[in-house]
Amino acid sequence: MVASRNNTSNPARIPALGLRTLVLMFLSILLMFLDNRDNHLDTVRNAIGTAVYPLRVIVDAPVRLWVWASESSQSRNDLQLENARLKSEQLLTRARLQRLNSLEAENARLRAMLDAREQFEDRVRVAEIMAVDANLFRHSLVIDVGSGDGVYDGQAIVDADGVVGQVIKTGPMTSEAILISDPGHALPVEVNRNGLRTIAYGTGEFGRLDLPGLANNADIEVGDLLVTSGLGGAFPNGYPVAVVDTVNRIPQRAFADVSATPSAALDQVREVMLVWSAPPDDDVDDAALDGDDE
Amino acid sequence: MWTMQPWTVMMSNDRAIRHLPVILSIIVALALTMLPLPRVIEVFRPNWVALIMIFWALSVPRSYSVGIAWVVGIVLDVSHGTLLGQYALALCVVVYIVVRFHLLMRVFPPLQLTATVFALIALYQFLLFWINGVAGITAPAIVYWAPVLTSAILWPLIFTLLSGVSFRVQMRS
Repeated sequence: MVASRNNTSNPARIPALGLRTLVLMFLSILLMFLDNRDNHLDTVRNAIGTAVYPLRVIVDAPVRLWVWASESSQSRNDLQLENARLKSEQLLTRARLQRLNSLEAENARLRAMLDAREQFEDRVRVAEIMAVDANLFRHSLVIDVGSGDGVYDGQAIVDADGVVGQVIKTGPMTSEAILISDPGHALPVEVNRNGLRTIAYGTGEFGRLDLPGLANNADIEVGDLLVTSGLGGAFPNGYPVAVVDTVNRIPQRAFADVSATPSAALDQVREVMLVWSAPPDDDVDDAALDGDDE
Repeated sequence: MWTMQPWTVMMSNDRAIRHLPVILSIIVALALTMLPLPRVIEVFRPNWVALIMIFWALSVPRSYSVGIAWVVGIVLDVSHGTLLGQYALALCVVVYIVVRFHLLMRVFPPLQLTATVFALIALYQFLLFWINGVAGITAPAIVYWAPVLTSAILWPLIFTLLSGVSFRVQMRS
């Protein structure tokens, strides 16, 4: 130790190691501080993210190849069966859609009578998931569309069965989204049966959302479907979120112990849909007005 | 292979050849980090990048020290989508310890070296855990501690492979 103080002849000594480490540590803390408070560092993040993008594509290639291979090696018989199944499914869906069309028209008429604001038809786009859970500490995923495709922060992501999550960071070519099951995520929902409003919190488990804000006498039952209420402004309303699976009313407590199972297969999705609910410039006004209405 | 000493600082004029295995190994480690895995084994994914950086800091501490570790850490932060600087800080601290004590660590017998790597990765994970705690991000405990075990188990393999590589590079130059 004494010798190392002024030892330039020792080849093993790395000059100013401690100082360099301290400076870098300070720099890291500064970066984290800036990153946590605001989005000042998005340009830096995007630049490095773009540099890493080819690597992500290469890493993802074997999985894609496997999917492609298993698709193209299916037997003719299997394909015919699948085709028949899809046709019958499509028939069913179209029949339902006809009803939906008339209902939508009726809804629009009724809303017009009530002098309510017109609902915009949602625009959707399919996005492929590039990495599930890139960040181990969060329930997140990376999708293959970015700000170049019109994706914006806070945009809703759904799959065929329900709400998946929302975009938290947009890059030029990819975006990162947080799932509704992340412990840091909260989603304004309402019970489809009676319009009871509450908030669904993520728990860190894929199969469970918590609804801690419901009073003991709240009208909620096992099997109730929760849909987005659109109150937060981030999500368009009316998308299914979860089905209530336990309602535990403990008399001494003020709030019931309610949890729900997400409708979307959060840990199995491969493709998701991004939803543009309204013309982007109207977005904020909409949210505010909706909030006043209800 | 295991007992081979790859420590001699490589005095090559051909810088490209000297840096190539290091850069390649870091890219491979990044790719392994991003490789999609089933959820069950996902949490057991070893800290490939940290292991690689420990190895190079141990064998060539003059060339691959805290600066490189910090840059690699920032890339890791971006690819993980974590707080910018989180992995950079953790990697930097771990590499600092390795470089500071590289002479001591080089004479460790294999088992003791593996135990040291275990402790270093535990420190690395603890720093990540700590930063997450300050930032208010919660995650299950297994996410932090499972990689410590798998990383330590894989260390002898990585050590053996990379010792061979760095030995061959020495031969060529």
